[in-house]
Amino acid sequence: MSLNIIVCAKQVPDPEGPPSSFEIDGVERRVIPRGIPPVINPFDENALEAAIRIKESVGAFITLLSLGRSLSRAVILKAVAAGADASLLVEGDPFDPAVLDASSTASLLAAAVQRIGAYDLILCGRQAADTNAGLVGLGLAGILEIPAITLAQKVEVGDGRVRVERVLPDGFEVVEAPMPVLVTVSGELGDLRYPSLQAIKAAKALPQTVLGPDDLGIDPLSLRRLETVALEAPVRERKCRLVEADTPEEAGRKLVSVLREDKVI
Amino acid sequence: MERSGNILVLAEMVENGKAASISIELLGLGRTLADCLGTGLSAVIMGDEASEAGGELARHGAEEVLCLHHPRLKAYHPELYQQAMLGMLRSSPPRVLLAGHTALGQDLLPRLAFSLSCGLVTDCVGARVEGGEVLFTRPVYGGNALATQRVTTAMAMATVRARVGEAPPPSEKAGEVRTLGVDLPDPVRLEVTGRETLEYRECPLEEAPVVVSGGRGMGGEEGFSQLRELASLLGGAVGASRPPVDAGWAPTTCQVGITGKVVAPDLYIAVAISGSTQHLSGMSEAGKIVAINKDPDAYIFKVSDYGVVGDWKQVLPSFTAALREMLKE
Repeated sequence: MSLNIIVCAKQVPDPEGPPSSFEIDGVERRVIPRGIPPVINPFDENALEAAIRIKESVGAFITLLSLGRSLSRAVILKAVAAGADASLLVEGDPFDPAVLDASSTASLLAAAVQRIGAYDLILCGRQAADTNAGLVGLGLAGILEIPAITLAQKVEVGDGRVRVERVLPDGFEVVEAPMPVLVTVSGELGDLRYPSLQAIKAAKALPQTVLGPDDLGIDPLSLRRLETVALEAPVRERKCRLVEADTPEEAGRKLVSVLREDKVI
Repeated sequence: MERSGNILVLAEMVENGKAASISIELLGLGRTLADCLGTGLSAVIMGDEASEAGGELARHGAEEVLCLHHPRLKAYHPELYQQAMLGMLRSSPPRVLLAGHTALGQDLLPRLAFSLSCGLVTDCVGARVEGGEVLFTRPVYGGNALATQRVTTAMAMATVRARVGEAPPPSEKAGEVRTLGVDLPDPVRLEVTGRETLEYRECPLEEAPVVVSGGRGMGGEEGFSQLRELASLLGGAVGASRPPVDAGWAPTTCQVGITGKVVAPDLYIAVAISGSTQHLSGMSEAGKIVAINKDPDAYIFKVSDYGVVGDWKQVLPSFTAALREMLKE
């Protein structure tokens, strides 16, 4: 019997974009990405890669689940083509990531998961590259009342159980749980493979379901537990004293005396 | 003492049975919040035996310390720790629960917050009271923006980065330490079946007073042995930006950045690191920052206190040699 895996994937502004591309609207309290494309959150890509590896080893049907205000079909298609079998998109103005918090997002995702039906494994990224909070995966598991394991660098399944290598500050531990289970995946697992052009073409024909604000019967605003009261640019710039010398070797030596004079060392 | 409505610090122990430094720092932050709100400050610590660390917390400002003891709490287990905390939080809910943004805090606090339907702000770099409310600040968008958030539920939870709070000095007048037994679920769903510790650990990165990091410009693994030499001279640890980790020149445990480790040492030396925002948000809270980079336009110079424009292969050996001479004197 093949497994049913759900991979939750959030669309975010490319986190590798330069600082100048993250324009801050302090009044509306939102970040406006300028000139950078949306991408699937890199950790969610790791989660999708984990799902594809399981599919290759024991067989699985992978559903990509994404929630957002407006989702780029090109971005979704590329992710699906990497190895998913279907997608469920929950889309509409109320699902604005700048307005939702982890609690409302997890509740919406839980409702979407119920729509998908039977599942054995839910995979999420360890955190999203925009909020960096790391809450939604554990929240989703809590609402669905299934066990959750965080920070996977390896995910294997067998005998109705999942076996996860969980990243620790100084190594890893092996954690096992009976399915259904939710696992959050860390960057150590590895990058998502690139789909071939042929796969992208074929992915267009895969089943795609789109749900709107009225389909889930949840008012996300009523579920919020956090409110952003201000958003501003971080003050990070410092006045750099450049140590100059005739040769780089001399500059290295001079740096020691400068740091010593200033009692840094 | 009435514990409900207090500021409660969830403390952690390090391997030798002492309280983790971040837990003592949180008592400093918790004291400031408690004084502003006119509430008390308590701490809770879990383990198979946590009395020594509990005593330490009591000397550093906690008015009451609860030690939750059970042999099964010896090492962190998500479900057991969650269960141990839930009973206590339900019977006397604090106003704010503070924990470190550590491996434990990041895993346990979301579980507690969702079990108790309360708001949680993670990865805080600041917390203050304004108009009778606690406001938390945290970096978002890879550190490109700083958000100030408030929790709309009666109980608030937060995980806080290392070195945000200032450790209060020990006092003669210690708070009360109480040991409580706990009921734990049996059986649990998660089972920890193995553990592997990676070698290469001179000094935990987050606690090191000095961090020497290398970037893409190091060009290979060999450069990192020079960084290790410098770090050991300074009693510090070696870090790396993401490219050397991806290339396998440095272990993942070394990665400094918002998706790696967030550090705030007294001194950060960035060698051949150009300064992506992901990296900067992992180290920009350092006391002093020194950059060595051959590109004069590298962004890292904008966020550094001292800089040398030059090839690290030429600058670093003479820097290390001069430092060694200096330390001999």
